[in-house]
Amino acid sequence: MSLLNLLLLILVVAALGYFIGRSRALKSAKGDQAALHSRPHHYGWNVAIFASLPALLVMVAFVLLQALVVPNSVLKEISPELIESTGSRSLVMTQVQTISNGLEAAVENGLIAEENIATLDVQTADVRALIQEAGVVLGADVNAEMLESAKTLKDRVKKWSFIRNILIVVISLAGLIYAIIRTNKDFRARNVVENSIIALLVAAASIAIFTTIGIVLSMTFETLRFFELYPASQYFFGTQWAANFRGGSALGVLPLLWGTLYISLIALAVAVPIGLFAAIYLSEYASPLMRSVAKPTLEVLAGIPTIVYGLFALTTFGPFLLGLFGKGGALGVEWMADGRSVLTAGIVMGIMLIPFVSSLSDDIINSVPQAMRDGSYGLGATQSETVRQVILPAALPGVVGAILLAASRAIGETMIVVMGAGATAAIFYESPDRFINPFEIMTTITTRIVAQLTGDGAFNSPETLVAFALGLTLFCLTLMLNVYALYIVRKYQERYV
Amino acid sequence: MTQTSLFTADARTTKRNRAEKRFKAYGLTAISIGVFMLVYLLYTILSSGLGAFFQTRVTMDIPLVQEEIIKAEKGLLKTKAYKKIIANALYAELAEAGIETTMKEKELLGIISGRAPAELRSFVQENPDQIGTTVEFKLLAGSFIDGYMKGRVVRENAERSKNYSIAQLDLVDQMQKAGILKKGFNLAFITGNDASESSPEAAGFGPAILGSLAMMIVVAGCAVTLGVAASIFLEEFAPQNRFTDIIEVNISNLAAVPSIVFGILGLSVFINYLGPISGDDWIKNNSAFVGGMVLTLMTLPTVIIATRASLKAVPPSIRDAALGLGASKLQTVFHHVLPLAAPGILTGSIIGLAQALGESAPLLLIGLVLAQGASAPDSIAEFFAGPNTAMPAQIYQWSTRADPAFYERAWGGIIILLVFLLTMNILAVILRRRFERRW
Repeated sequence: MSLLNLLLLILVVAALGYFIGRSRALKSAKGDQAALHSRPHHYGWNVAIFASLPALLVMVAFVLLQALVVPNSVLKEISPELIESTGSRSLVMTQVQTISNGLEAAVENGLIAEENIATLDVQTADVRALIQEAGVVLGADVNAEMLESAKTLKDRVKKWSFIRNILIVVISLAGLIYAIIRTNKDFRARNVVENSIIALLVAAASIAIFTTIGIVLSMTFETLRFFELYPASQYFFGTQWAANFRGGSALGVLPLLWGTLYISLIALAVAVPIGLFAAIYLSEYASPLMRSVAKPTLEVLAGIPTIVYGLFALTTFGPFLLGLFGKGGALGVEWMADGRSVLTAGIVMGIMLIPFVSSLSDDIINSVPQAMRDGSYGLGATQSETVRQVILPAALPGVVGAILLAASRAIGETMIVVMGAGATAAIFYESPDRFINPFEIMTTITTRIVAQLTGDGAFNSPETLVAFALGLTLFCLTLMLNVYALYIVRKYQERYV
Repeated sequence: MTQTSLFTADARTTKRNRAEKRFKAYGLTAISIGVFMLVYLLYTILSSGLGAFFQTRVTMDIPLVQEEIIKAEKGLLKTKAYKKIIANALYAELAEAGIETTMKEKELLGIISGRAPAELRSFVQENPDQIGTTVEFKLLAGSFIDGYMKGRVVRENAERSKNYSIAQLDLVDQMQKAGILKKGFNLAFITGNDASESSPEAAGFGPAILGSLAMMIVVAGCAVTLGVAASIFLEEFAPQNRFTDIIEVNISNLAAVPSIVFGILGLSVFINYLGPISGDDWIKNNSAFVGGMVLTLMTLPTVIIATRASLKAVPPSIRDAALGLGASKLQTVFHHVLPLAAPGILTGSIIGLAQALGESAPLLLIGLVLAQGASAPDSIAEFFAGPNTAMPAQIYQWSTRADPAFYERAWGGIIILLVFLLTMNILAVILRRRFERRW
């Protein structure tokens, strides 16, 4: 019985339980609903929950346990020579698993009889072809020991699955019977049902915590594996980035960090003045009509998917800049050699960030109390003097918070830099051109994460694992910025509420 | 100070007034720049992308002679023989239209897409009853000829190009005049499969649209259920304690985590950890299921924030009334608060879905791309669990290919993507307008 069928069986038992529970409760009240403690359907749900929930929980626990224990028990019996010759334990295990899956599929497709598997031999039969025919693709050839291990694995999985099925059916039926016995007109079924539902709600709310834990743990483990293969000091303080999937890479984070910060800086240099002035105009000068049109229009810029900005940088804005600053360009200067550059990505990203700065700043400027404006006007200040000397200083912490949030967006932005900034890392020693010149190609942390993880390196190589270290760096960087920005904004909001 | 009249401003006042005007002008400029950039972006999208919806085709009658087809099927390179059939038909068509040409067969076939022989062959195989008759075909023109018709390819470059010649372009002009060669609406772009690197004229967006649909089904199912459940707990039941605080902080932080980090999470948790545990291979890294799960985690904060806001907007008097009549807390929430908050929740969910639909970075990491020219999965199981792709991922794929003709496809894909996003957002606005209740 497969996992899916087992699941269906539990659901059928639960559905059955619902009707039994409901009718039993009504019977105990002699058909008088008013004599029941809870509504009839509560009794039904109570039985259904007891028949399904414990069984489902045990099922999940059992599957996880089985996945941990069974392959390991097989792995222990594999000779060290085989592990040596294949490369690593996990590689051996993957292959054994694949063979076992393939045998399973072959039996299902009727290519081989179940009882013939035990006598299957590498010398007499082409196991790889058999598995291939069943639709499972195997990377390497099958050797005798692997086939034996695969058979053992298959047998053990079968044994465990049998125990699992019995156990779960028993638990489900036990829950059903227990709940049915408890059902009578004075039983407080509603409380039980409601508490179970609230437990489910809590579980849903905890997903946020699990996601964060998942992010941190998954990246930390892989980063630690990376640091086993590559010295941490060279990662953090290395001034050179030259990843090479054939090995011998220099994986220093500093050039990437510099590229990321440089592009973000240019993006902010575009977004902050435009966003801030737009926010000031919208909140202080604009008529209600203009405000109701201009604000949503600007916010559309934030709703456009980043891939659109990326393509815009790649096919339109990059060539435009090249036409101005490139060889034979309109300005007659030869500053640019490629459409992709720090400036291309930075400016396009800046356009995307305008609404991030303007919307939040607008809210913050609006929350400065009117009394402060009135006081300033009363002393004879013009509107712009009021803005510059009263409102902006009062709103400054909040505006800084908004800018920091925009900065965190800029640092984590991926598609624009992947398509607009190019793939070569900054080089510190050669000439200032290679790390100061905004017309040069410069790569960022996010670009490299994409490149290293979609590249064709083996998963255990430092060149691939470095992506997790980069991801963790990025996560920490943006987290710090966010926490600090939220702290500032919240503190500021409290002051004027 | 000698001046005394209040009707004429003194020097300092004029200076201050000028500063005031300047300041106001800065603000107006800033807004104009923003609006201009939006308009320019939309203009770029439309002007570069609309071309993908039109395609140049050559209309010609091809006689399907039985002997020729039998001979073609016997040959080693079957499409080569079909090429010959097409070339002969084209010569005949040109002669009929009164266009004289001395062009060699190879150059003449350069006008037609490299995919045409295969197209002809599959037609013959699917309709064997048509053999012996003459059938009218609308064959795709080659990418460069199509580019010439759209203005992407210009005559001046023809001498330097290996891909097309002046003679071809002259012939194309004549064919266009005779009505053999026409630019028409290209439904195949919306419904067809992606094509190989060498034939951008045949590339379609169909599998990507379906793949995005599969992912949206997963996201709608998971993100909305989980998001609403989490919001109900936080808004209606959560006690003021440490646990609740931790959840709140987590949600607000997750909302600002870069999307690529969710891609890394998906890669390591779903593929490297849960994949082997699941045993059979239904957690493939490029399946819509995994993509949908990653996008679910990413959009969950958006949905939660929107749902909580609409739950908060339901006035306490409703809850009090229900509780006063003897409903339990849960009954109050599920029978009264939730239905009243439903329009707001729906709006928030649609906006969350729109965000997920346009997201590309995490999808690149988990490798949501199909092989070049692959068709959409053909069974429901494969649709969710097999290799799949998504609109933004396909657009990115096209943007990395060498032939710039794919840029037009990428922009065309963006138009389709934006049409979906626009529809969703308008739907959200309409729902809000129609069902929003002011208490």
